[in-house]
Amino acid sequence: MTLDLLLLQLFTGVALGAIYILLAVGLSLIFGLLTVVNFAHGAFYMVGAYVGVAVLLSGGNFWLGILAAPLVVGALGCVTERWLIRPLYGRGIDYPILLTFGLSYVLLDLIRMLFGVEGIPLEVPGSLEGAADLGFGYFPLYRLFVIAICAVLLWLLWLLLERSTLGLVIRAGARDPEMVRVLGVDVDRIRLLVFGLGTGVAALAGILAAPMRSVTPEMGIPVLVEAFVVTVVGGMGSLSGAVVAGLLVGVIASIVSLFYPEMSEMSMFFIMALVLLIRPQGIFGRAGFLE
Amino acid sequence: MRQILHDWGLRYRTIFTGISLALLPFITPHDALATNILIFGLFAVGFNLLFGYLGLLSFGHAAFFGGGAYGAGLAIAHLDMGFLGAVCFGVLLATGLSIIIGIFAIRSKGIYFAMITLALAQLVYYVFFQMTSLTGGENGLRGITVKSIDLGYYSINLLNSKEKYYFLFIFVFLALALVSRILKSPFGGAIEAIRENENRAVACGYNVKVTKYIAFCISGGFCGLAGALYALHISIVPIDILHYQTSGMVVMMALLGGMGSFFGPFIGAAIFLLIEDVVGVWTSYWQLVAGVVFILFVLYFPKGIWGSLVDWARR
Repeated sequence: MTLDLLLLQLFTGVALGAIYILLAVGLSLIFGLLTVVNFAHGAFYMVGAYVGVAVLLSGGNFWLGILAAPLVVGALGCVTERWLIRPLYGRGIDYPILLTFGLSYVLLDLIRMLFGVEGIPLEVPGSLEGAADLGFGYFPLYRLFVIAICAVLLWLLWLLLERSTLGLVIRAGARDPEMVRVLGVDVDRIRLLVFGLGTGVAALAGILAAPMRSVTPEMGIPVLVEAFVVTVVGGMGSLSGAVVAGLLVGVIASIVSLFYPEMSEMSMFFIMALVLLIRPQGIFGRAGFLE
Repeated sequence: MRQILHDWGLRYRTIFTGISLALLPFITPHDALATNILIFGLFAVGFNLLFGYLGLLSFGHAAFFGGGAYGAGLAIAHLDMGFLGAVCFGVLLATGLSIIIGIFAIRSKGIYFAMITLALAQLVYYVFFQMTSLTGGENGLRGITVKSIDLGYYSINLLNSKEKYYFLFIFVFLALALVSRILKSPFGGAIEAIRENENRAVACGYNVKVTKYIAFCISGGFCGLAGALYALHISIVPIDILHYQTSGMVVMMALLGGMGSFFGPFIGAAIFLLIEDVVGVWTSYWQLVAGVVFILFVLYFPKGIWGSLVDWARR
């Protein structure tokens, strides 16, 4: 058990955590503003990966796929919010959960119909193959790329939320939608955009994860649980919580897999159970986008 | 007239449900479907106790259904128990799981509850997945066939689908009678009070947390019974029974049939299983149809079929 090995696993954990962060951020965004728990989040993640597959199959390259996946799925998310979720406002907190769960069923079978039930490999693009020497060992270039993209996206999100008018409106809408409406802002349109943003980020996670895991219609199913666990640990609606929790869960899962590989999948649940016992609202749990 | 029908239905709901279920094998094209409706209907009834009557949406009830199934299966495979012992063991395991999971779940409010129950149930799934020597892991628990039950002067042949159906029916009917009794008791009144207005229930002096927790465990117990019966019905316990897809399935059944009604869950189970059966003949994409139907119901018929009927009768 050398320090080098430990450090390598740490980095692997951060790469894993990057995907978790993206998932949890999308989920928290949607929850923070719409108070909707998106049970189709795993399905959107999966669709994102398949958009990448579709782009590659029709002759495009991976970079095009990375651009297309969030845009296409974001648009799909906007449509979902407008026609499926908006009618449910005011009905009770459980209805969007039920609806998005049904949607996940539909999306799963649609993808099966379009792409078949077998897995489709999505390869790492040529420019990102190979490994970089980090001093303490070789680390896959692609995973470094994933970490970098995640960091860039978080920075862009921060810019959007903290430095733009739209971000101001989103944060205000999370805190007090009535007041924002009274002030003349079209809250419905903001909700639409945020839902699309959340699902777009999930799709990005999907296509980024695709070369690391396999692309199957069922790939989103365990991912939904992972997203929930990370979000509960970090605190629903908190973006910094999503980041911290994502890293924590990813790194711990990675380190645990060194010593007890069978427990690494379950380790996140124990973290969640601990958090639920000690601080049930999550590490940074509060509704709203207070960073 | 409608009011009389409604009140009458409410008073004798167990009998009516019992008669409907007793006649079910004569309506369905094959007995396996009837048995599935019977068992999943009970599962949905147990779930409905929490969802329809108390108003708590749990996405983790697969842990109790599966726990009951594995309990029964393990009792037969490893402990050499008979049918009755296996069923009891299954119910005990499921109730035990609900006692533990309930501690974490009841602490959470509102939307968190669905997420946390899902995550904790998934933990149970992973644990059972890993315990390959006990549970068979990915392949499930096999070889738990109970061929017949010897009652002395008569032996129930469980390989005969009709005999098996009516034997399982006895368990389900007794369970339903118990559920109805619970719902009519002051405890049942407290449950519905919490659903209608939790703050007011607190103000009235109900111990809401404890009531929720007890209801959670009772719900787990009934779902465990359904699971145990299921294990004995299909003679194996597949690992996927613990997966959250199973939890989602019972949620769909409860809504399609009508949450908050006694007979609704059986209707919901029937609809879902019929979609799987009938649509499955034409195409393997029956989940698409089920999902679309479910979405339509969420949007336009949230009370489900039976629930809408009961509502109409009540007006």
